Amino acid sequence: MNGVEEDVLGELTTTFRSGRTRSVAWRKAQLQAILKLLDENEEEIFEALKQDLGKHPVESYRDEVGVVRKSATNALRCVEKWMAPQKAPIPLVLFPARGAVVSEPLGVVLIFVSWNFPISLTLDPAIGAISAGNTIVLKPSELAPKCSSVLANTIPRYLDPEAIKVVEGGQDVSEQLLQLKWDKIFFTGSPRVGRLIMSAAAKHLTPVTLELGGKCPTILDTLSSSYDLQVAVKRIAGGKWGPCNGQACIGIDYVLVETQFAPVLIELLEKIIKSFYGENLKTLGNLARIVNKHHFDRVHNLLKDPKVAASVVYGGSVDEENMVIEPTILLNPPLDADIMAEEIFGPLLPIITLNNIEESIQFINSRPKPLAIYAFTKNDSLKEKILQETSSGSLTFNDAMIQFICDTLPFGGVGQSGYGRYHGKFSFDTFSHEKAVLHRSLLIELESRYPPWNNFKMEFVRLAYDYDYLGLILLLLGLRGIFRTNRRQ
Amino acid sequence: MDAEAIVKELRGTYGTGKTKSYEWRVSQLKALLKIGENHEKEITGALYSDLSKPELEAFIHEISMMKTACKLALKELKRWMKPEKVKTSLTSFPSSAEIVPEPLGVVLVISAWNYPFLLSLDPVIGAIAAGNAVVLKPSEIAPATSSVLAKLLGQYMDVSAIRVVEGAVPETTALLEQKWDKIFYTGNGKVGRIVLAAAAKHLTPVVLELGGKSPVVVDSNIDYKIAVRRIIAGKWGCNNGQACISPDYIITTKENVPKLLDAMKQELEKFYGKDPLKSGDLSRIVNANHFQRLSKLLDDNKVVDKVVHGGQRDENNLKISPTILLDVPEDSLIMKEEIFGPLLPIITVNNVEDSIQFINAREKPLAAYLFTSNKKLEEEFVMNISAGGLLINDTTLQVALSTLPFGGVGESGMGSCHGKFSFDSFSHKKAVLRRSFAGDVPARYPPYTTGKARFLKALLNGDIIGLIRALIGW
Repeated sequence: MNGVEEDVLGELTTTFRSGRTRSVAWRKAQLQAILKLLDENEEEIFEALKQDLGKHPVESYRDEVGVVRKSATNALRCVEKWMAPQKAPIPLVLFPARGAVVSEPLGVVLIFVSWNFPISLTLDPAIGAISAGNTIVLKPSELAPKCSSVLANTIPRYLDPEAIKVVEGGQDVSEQLLQLKWDKIFFTGSPRVGRLIMSAAAKHLTPVTLELGGKCPTILDTLSSSYDLQVAVKRIAGGKWGPCNGQACIGIDYVLVETQFAPVLIELLEKIIKSFYGENLKTLGNLARIVNKHHFDRVHNLLKDPKVAASVVYGGSVDEENMVIEPTILLNPPLDADIMAEEIFGPLLPIITLNNIEESIQFINSRPKPLAIYAFTKNDSLKEKILQETSSGSLTFNDAMIQFICDTLPFGGVGQSGYGRYHGKFSFDTFSHEKAVLHRSLLIELESRYPPWNNFKMEFVRLAYDYDYLGLILLLLGLRGIFRTNRRQ
Repeated sequence: MDAEAIVKELRGTYGTGKTKSYEWRVSQLKALLKIGENHEKEITGALYSDLSKPELEAFIHEISMMKTACKLALKELKRWMKPEKVKTSLTSFPSSAEIVPEPLGVVLVISAWNYPFLLSLDPVIGAIAAGNAVVLKPSEIAPATSSVLAKLLGQYMDVSAIRVVEGAVPETTALLEQKWDKIFYTGNGKVGRIVLAAAAKHLTPVVLELGGKSPVVVDSNIDYKIAVRRIIAGKWGCNNGQACISPDYIITTKENVPKLLDAMKQELEKFYGKDPLKSGDLSRIVNANHFQRLSKLLDDNKVVDKVVHGGQRDENNLKISPTILLDVPEDSLIMKEEIFGPLLPIITVNNVEDSIQFINAREKPLAAYLFTSNKKLEEEFVMNISAGGLLINDTTLQVALSTLPFGGVGESGMGSCHGKFSFDSFSHKKAVLRRSFAGDVPARYPPYTTGKARFLKALLNGDIIGLIRALIGW
């Protein structure tokens, strides 16, 4: 081990032990500093996102800068409230006493970031870790190198450099970091790496939050109103190609639709793709590119399967040089093909047809639990059925992606899509330990708690557990035998 | 036992949706309650056989706590299951949002031998309340209780969804190879690491209820008699120190020691008589292994001359009397591992405030206790000591409060249980957002323009004025 990572951990531990990250003032100052960092470096961030992923500045604002600004502003407004101890009610038997749940920082936390939203997936969890009063190591993804370097250059200038560090690097650096003992690891990425993180964390009993992905399905019910349909399809297109051209953990992976409705959907999608992004592969605007050659090949290979290629009904062309893949629609690709077995994480949209839209529940339930399910329908009983019978990190009716920006909703997966949650207060909780604190006085003493044991004490304890205060008083007065109710006999 | 077949069967049951209904959950909780009510003698008998646990202690700490947890779950279940409405922002207007708790699926509970009845059923209550199918693996180190649990659960519960698997390491290993939707483990850090590593293969979330060296800080200017009684009740009165939240060691000032020791000796005699090895109110050491382990701690050269009270051992009956050691060196065995038995070292410091530093230099314990009448010290203790739970002027009572989360931090574990916290531990909180088709914002979609950029900025910032300005093109 080269020791750099160890030094970082050592310094952050010292800072944490000094106690300064626990003060409200420190937390607020760091949150302010994040806002300032964004304000003063917006252009640089947009440029880095353009270079790493070809993101348009509007997209970059919507999905990265804007999201972080919103979270930081919200945290600034709420952090004191979040920090306040929560009173816990106490049964009379323990009188006089008072109980509270006190949120305290965990210590030194490690945040691993993925490449698809390199700015927001770094700073959004960091906001939670800061709000909770931890010291932090941020490890940006080496697959978005410009963003990684912007973060490494700006964060030490704006935030407390003895408490918040950016460690850049590839797999070797990640492995070094994982050897060390952290108080929490927050990871955004794939299930495969998630398993590695968890195994490494097991050695140190470190709690982990895993933000993974999965094949997020969209159920599109047959909509009769053309306005509704128009809105739904726009939102589907926005949820597929909008966020980083499908390279998003909550992006739409495939659409489930009734057979007779598929042609209508395809026709509308084509129109919308053309109006959003244009038709010429060389001049596709407003669309992020595939992050790198490896992923380009991976997505391209999904298409190369002959049976899959035969199912392409729109798009399908690629520009290898610029790593662009056209928005592509596939109708009923084979369910055993890779495209339906693994998370697509790219601009391909399979449409799977069903005889009846209710079969979508069975279809979804026979696969690993996704991070998000989207359902477009006006049918309340179908909504209820989906809500009750499917399981996913989140469920959104009649829209896509937008659950991500609701601070009041927990964001996180279940099963294969991960565990733990964040956003808003949930971020704070993720990086806090909820300490139970009970204050007793030394005034009143119940002798029945102590040995030597006898029948009186047994009776006393029984009543105390039932919170049977009348019974307790009678027992203490020696009248219990006379007034004994039938309840206990 | 065929672990794979059991999981498959339970998954089948879970898949039918049966365990999700309120009625099923209630029926199973009621069945558990009946077990506690109808089989008190059988259960206390098993606990006596496994640990010589005094009947009252068995009743208070195990049966009553289990029944209280059941009753609470029955009373609160409807409320716990209810989706929680949350506010939505301008950004997603118009919409409504809620957080819906849903069961995780098929879960595994691995329990411990020291409170073999309670620590088996308390998590099972949470798992059932949340609507999961459960496999319970009781500890083989408390075999009588394990077999009572297997028998009674088989008799009273819906066996298509709730199973007891008895056994030792091979059975546990076979269970851990399966894919679970949650694992709830109570025990030690060594096995905790094994459980976590096994869970990693399947991305299974884990709750670890571990232990640690829970300190008791004793200040001056307090009623020593009451403090000491409460320490004794938490140490020897809890399964003779074999409890995860039992006081492990005391920290006090040099001046306090004589008074504290006197009170301790006096009260110990009142509780357990002149020959505590004969007392019926003390549990025995669970087995020969643990007896040896504790003997080793006592026979360590560094501490042999530090025993100031007790020290008697009866190897045949696995009894060790309440034993107090004074000023043991920090590098002695007894200060390096969790004692989990009737030995209580006293560490002295110059100032009582130094105890905070002493505790913080060690792994985070499951509990930390402080006896003081000094509000400032109390405040400092609460702010600076990290532990699963803190209790001021008493010991172990925090475990009896369903309104407080019970669980460790760092080496003392992760996740929490009791009351609603147990329900939450076995639930997934699904975020549900409902939108209508109205109110579609073109700025979300490409082709992107500067106007759209301004609009989005205003929208994400919840800036209504900015929104209007962007809309009318200012």
